Amino acid sequence: MTQQAAPAVTPPPASGPKESDGRTTRRPLALRLLARPEVGVFLGAVAVYVFFLVAAPPVRDGDSMANILYQSSTIGIMALPVALLMIGGEFDLSAGVAVISSALTASMLSYQLTLNVWVGVVVALIVSLAIGFLNGWMVVKTGLPSFLITLGTFLILQGVNLAVTKLVTTNVATDDISDMDGFGQAKKIFASSFHVGGVNVKITIVYWLVFAAIATWVLLRTRYGNWIFAVGGNKESARAVGVPVTFTKISLFMLVGFGAWFVGMHQLFTFNTVQSGEGVGQELIYISAAVIGGCLLTGGAGSAIGPVFGAFMFGMVQQGIVYAGWNPDWFKAFLGVMLLGAVLINLWVSRTATRR
Amino acid sequence: MTSTNGTGTHGAVIADTPAQQDDTIVELRNAGKSYGNIRALHGIDLKVHPGRVTCVLGDNGAGKSTLIKIISGLHQHTEGEFLVDGEPVRFSTPREALDKGIATVYQDLATVPLMPVWRNFFLGSEMTKGPWPVRRLDIDRMKQTADEELRNMGIVLDDLEQPIGTLSGGQRQCVAIARAVYFGARVLILDEPTAALGVKQSGVVLKYIAAARERGLGVIFITHNPHHAYMVGDHFSVLRLGTMELSASRDQVSLEELTNHMAGGTELAALKHELAQVRGVDVEELPEEQDLTAPVAKTGEGAT
Repeated sequence: MTQQAAPAVTPPPASGPKESDGRTTRRPLALRLLARPEVGVFLGAVAVYVFFLVAAPPVRDGDSMANILYQSSTIGIMALPVALLMIGGEFDLSAGVAVISSALTASMLSYQLTLNVWVGVVVALIVSLAIGFLNGWMVVKTGLPSFLITLGTFLILQGVNLAVTKLVTTNVATDDISDMDGFGQAKKIFASSFHVGGVNVKITIVYWLVFAAIATWVLLRTRYGNWIFAVGGNKESARAVGVPVTFTKISLFMLVGFGAWFVGMHQLFTFNTVQSGEGVGQELIYISAAVIGGCLLTGGAGSAIGPVFGAFMFGMVQQGIVYAGWNPDWFKAFLGVMLLGAVLINLWVSRTATRR
Repeated sequence: MTSTNGTGTHGAVIADTPAQQDDTIVELRNAGKSYGNIRALHGIDLKVHPGRVTCVLGDNGAGKSTLIKIISGLHQHTEGEFLVDGEPVRFSTPREALDKGIATVYQDLATVPLMPVWRNFFLGSEMTKGPWPVRRLDIDRMKQTADEELRNMGIVLDDLEQPIGTLSGGQRQCVAIARAVYFGARVLILDEPTAALGVKQSGVVLKYIAAARERGLGVIFITHNPHHAYMVGDHFSVLRLGTMELSASRDQVSLEELTNHMAGGTELAALKHELAQVRGVDVEELPEEQDLTAPVAKTGEGAT
């Protein structure tokens, strides 16, 4: 896209009050819209959707669409807090295994002590928030890159997940909790589904969109949202004008913990058991969805709606390849191409925005 | 100019209090700061009065930045006293300094480049409306207020939605000054506001320093340019190697003397005799030690 050049000869600005500085020209609407990363990823999502609509006829079916959206929602619910954290200038590599840690906590605690599953669910929430707090606290206090800190917690959680599960259940998976007190109730909340026009719709899709709406509102319309952009854009400046940087960063990490808990509970109440070795690699999927959604890896820019489309693209590709009857190994290759494309667009946007 | 419609907890506008005789807002008495075994600053005396510009000059590494960090609450002093309105204080965060009316416009501007101008203007002190669960930003009022305040300072921008990073250095500096003035600053600390600017832009910033003084603010103007300092300053303090070399009001010092002090002052004059013995060095233009008539600040440590 071309930078609008200022007219070669401009009259010198008159001194005294004036109505406009006359130095900015309005760019065409289409150009301005394209410069918004959410719009870019929306167009990308549409392109991927149309592509599979043509290449894989089963996708046109309502049930497969619901399935694709379900797949997207499990990525998307986690991609939202990961995106907010990224806008806040940090990222969390432990997000993937933290989901499993949360599910394992709830499952094993309820089963081993034969408690109501809700006790496990609440304890898992506390554990997840504590992991988030610990990540955030260490990042803020040490000033080390969050990459290093959360790589540490990622490895710790991965090891603890496997070792503790084996220690407690002498197995790599937890025991089935489907016949325990409160299971039905919890399943209704975290993993139920309903019918819309004969199509079976999973409830996570609803949560995903509701969370995205809330996150968008918070980001653009509240002080906290303003602070997220500020701590990601320039931490020192934010601190200097009185933004509570420590609170903002730690709470963002805890929000990721909350997301991990939510997705963990969904998995637990969908499959009744948890495989302790899962979750590895998922964190990169969440981060990619956020980046494709237009969040700047270095922080300070992004949206909550972008990662929704980012997650949709992932879900679409993942399921689309299956429906098209191709080798699923292609999925990762697709991801890589989409990620690179998004990163290049992001780079261009941030350069245009800061160009003087 | 005072926008009395900016009610609520934000935008406490400076009351037009008549200037009193002993009206020192900020005072440092023999203050200093050590980082471990390094003494960055010691024996500093400084007074800031409303409606007056106190210039702090010094070469790189003289301790200017450490001084403003103490006053703005980023660091704490380790020796001496720091008084605000006559009360000894010790700030642990910039927020506390802001609450006392001490606002700082930093060298690196303290703006977030990718955020729109109006969001930057209100960052950290956003206007909100509505009860708690749905308490939200009052965007219309913020945009309108930011526009009014910027126009009051003579800054006209077409689009407050543009990222502040797209503004020029001088414009950003002026937005930061306008913000500090709006948020009820009584003392405005400007950290080398003209350092990275061109001649014309520097002039614009100096104009806003004068405007801030007219509005009754006490200004601490940090710079290493004696010409800029002399254009707006009422009192001059020259820092050198962490101590005060000179502390003089405008009628006690000329621009030439100020420049000499900046350039090395008395030490350079003493060096003149040595340089005179080296061929090819023209020392005729250098001042003699006795020419430097301005009162030299006594250093508590007796250091040169």
